[in-house]
Amino acid sequence: MTPQTLPTEAPGETEAPGEAEAPGEAVAARQRWMRTLAMASRDALSAAWRGWAPKPAVQAVRGPEAGLVMVRARIDGGGARFNLGEATVTRAAVRLHGEPLATDAVGTSYVLGTDLEHARLAAIFDGLLADPEQRERVLAEVIAPLEQAHVERDGIRGAEARSTHVDFFSVAREHE
Amino acid sequence: MYVAVKGGERAIANAHALLAKQGRGDLGLPRIERAAVAGQLGVLVARVMTEGSLYDPELAARAILQAQGDVLEAVTLVRSYRTTLPRFGYTLPVDTAGLPPQRRISAAFKDLPGGQQLGATFDYTHRLFTDRDTGGPRIDPAAGPAAGPRPEMPRVTDLLGASALIEPDHAPGTGTGDPEPADLTREPPVFPMSRAGRLQALARADEGFLLALGYSTQRGFGSTHPFAGEIRVGEVEVEFEAPELGFAVPLGRVEVTECQMINQFQGNADTPAQFTRGYGLAFGRGERKAMSMSLVDRALRASEFGERVVAPAQDEEFVISHSDNVQATGFVEHLKLPHYVDFQAELGLVRRLQAEFRERAAAGPGAAGPINPAPAGAVGVISGQARASADGTPAGRELTLTEAPA
Repeated sequence: MTPQTLPTEAPGETEAPGEAEAPGEAVAARQRWMRTLAMASRDALSAAWRGWAPKPAVQAVRGPEAGLVMVRARIDGGGARFNLGEATVTRAAVRLHGEPLATDAVGTSYVLGTDLEHARLAAIFDGLLADPEQRERVLAEVIAPLEQAHVERDGIRGAEARSTHVDFFSVAREHE
Repeated sequence: MYVAVKGGERAIANAHALLAKQGRGDLGLPRIERAAVAGQLGVLVARVMTEGSLYDPELAARAILQAQGDVLEAVTLVRSYRTTLPRFGYTLPVDTAGLPPQRRISAAFKDLPGGQQLGATFDYTHRLFTDRDTGGPRIDPAAGPAAGPRPEMPRVTDLLGASALIEPDHAPGTGTGDPEPADLTREPPVFPMSRAGRLQALARADEGFLLALGYSTQRGFGSTHPFAGEIRVGEVEVEFEAPELGFAVPLGRVEVTECQMINQFQGNADTPAQFTRGYGLAFGRGERKAMSMSLVDRALRASEFGERVVAPAQDEEFVISHSDNVQATGFVEHLKLPHYVDFQAELGLVRRLQAEFRERAAAGPGAAGPINPAPAGAVGVISGQARASADGTPAGRELTLTEAPA
C-alpha cells in the first residue's frame, strides 16, 4: 500500500505491522483524528467537505468497500482472547492531488458500519490531515468541532447515567 | 431424507408477495423506518446483532423489518449477509474494564468503588402498562451524583482478585502468553473445546436456550451457586491493527453488556477454596443473555474443577451443538418442506408390516405373540436404513425386513 505522506513517517513501501517507526506522537495524533472521523456522523463530514475550499482532486485508491472485522474480547475481562462476534467495517483509501496541496497525499479510513460515503469522506480528511500545510486548518475547522460535539454527547450520557447512581441499604443481617 | 421437488414457481412467488403485503400492515399507517426500529426497539436489535454475530444496528433493524419481527428469521438474514463480505481481520481485544459504564451494578457488593449505577433498566419497574414521558432523568448539573467527573469503576472481580479470593482471569500454570483463540467461523468446533471457543459459541447462542440452561443450573441441575458479581453496559472502543498502516486504527464504538458471575468453589488438594468465574458478553443491551451465558460458561467448566458432569448444562457437546438457533431452526423447520418420497417409502413399509401382522394373526393365536420381533424396532431400523441410503439407492426404494441390517 502507498504510505501516508506524513512527514514524520518513514517513507517506503514496506511498513510492517508493529514496525511503524513513526514517532509515537505522530501515530497518536493520527489515531485521534481517525477516531474522531470514524465516530462522526456522515452528515457532519459531508457538510464539512461541502464547505471546504479549495478542494484538491480526489482519486479513489481503494474502495470504499464494506467488510468485516472479528471483534475480540478477553475471557473474564482480562484473560485470554476470544472471538465475540463480527462487526461491519467500511474502509477507503484516496489520493488527493492538486491545489491546495504541495504534494500528493493519501488518506485512509476504517469506519464501523457499511456507509461507503462516510468512509470516503473520512479518508479524504485523513488525506488532508497528512498535508502539513492543511493540517492545522482541518484540525481547527473540522476535527475540533466534531470532538467537541462528541465530548458533549458523552457528557450528557454520563450525567444521565450518574443520575441513576444508587445506594442500597441492607435492612437486616447488617451485623453478621 | 429430503428429495428435491420441482415446480410451484408461481405459487411461491405469490406467497412471497403475500408475505410482503401482510408485513406492510395497514396502508393507512406509516411504514416503520429502519432508524425507528434501531432507536425504539434497541433491545431487539441487540439480540439480533448478538445472535447474528454481527454488530451493525442498521442492518439488524433492516433484518427485523424484513422478517416482520421474527427474531430467528432476522438472525438468519444477518448471518447470510455476513457471508457476502470479506473479512479484513481481527480487532484488538476490547477493554471492557475501561468502558465508561452506562449501567454498572453488583449483587455481591453494596459499596463498590465508583458506586452502582442502575442506568436504563427494566429492573424495579412494576411490569404494568404505563405511558412514561420520554424526557429523561431530571439532572441537577450543580449537585448530586450527576455532577463532577466520572468516577473510576474498577471491576468487582479485580477487587476480589487483589486478595486472591477469586481465581485469576489468567489461568495460572498455562503460562503460554496469549494463545490464538479458536474461531468457529473458520473451523468447526471439535470437542472438547477451549473455553475461548465455547465463549464464541455461547456469545452467538440462542438467548432462550441459554436462559433455560442457566435456569436449570440454578434449580439444581449442575448447581453453580452464582452471584452476579458485576454487570456493566456501555460503549467500548474497537481498534483494528490495519496491516497497511502499522498501527491500531480506532473504528468507533460498540455497545456491549458484560456479566461476571461469581461462583462457589470448595477447593481441593491443590487449590484453596475460592470463588470461580463465569463470563458473559453480548452486543448491545443484552443483560439476560450475558447473565445466562455466564451461568452456562461456569457450568461448562465442570471438568476444569473436577466437578462431576451430571446435568445437561455441564455437557459441552450437548450445549454447544444445540445452542445455535440458525442451525436449530433450520433442522426443525426443514421438516415442513416436501418429504413426499421419504414418507411414501415409510407408508409402504408400515402397510406391509401391518399386512404381515394380520397374516400372522390369522394363521394362529400364538404367531403374533411376544416372540414376534418388535415391529417398532424393526421399523426404526428400516427407516434409518432408508434415510441413510438417500444418496446411494434410488429414493423410496422399498426395503424388506430381510434386507434391513440386524
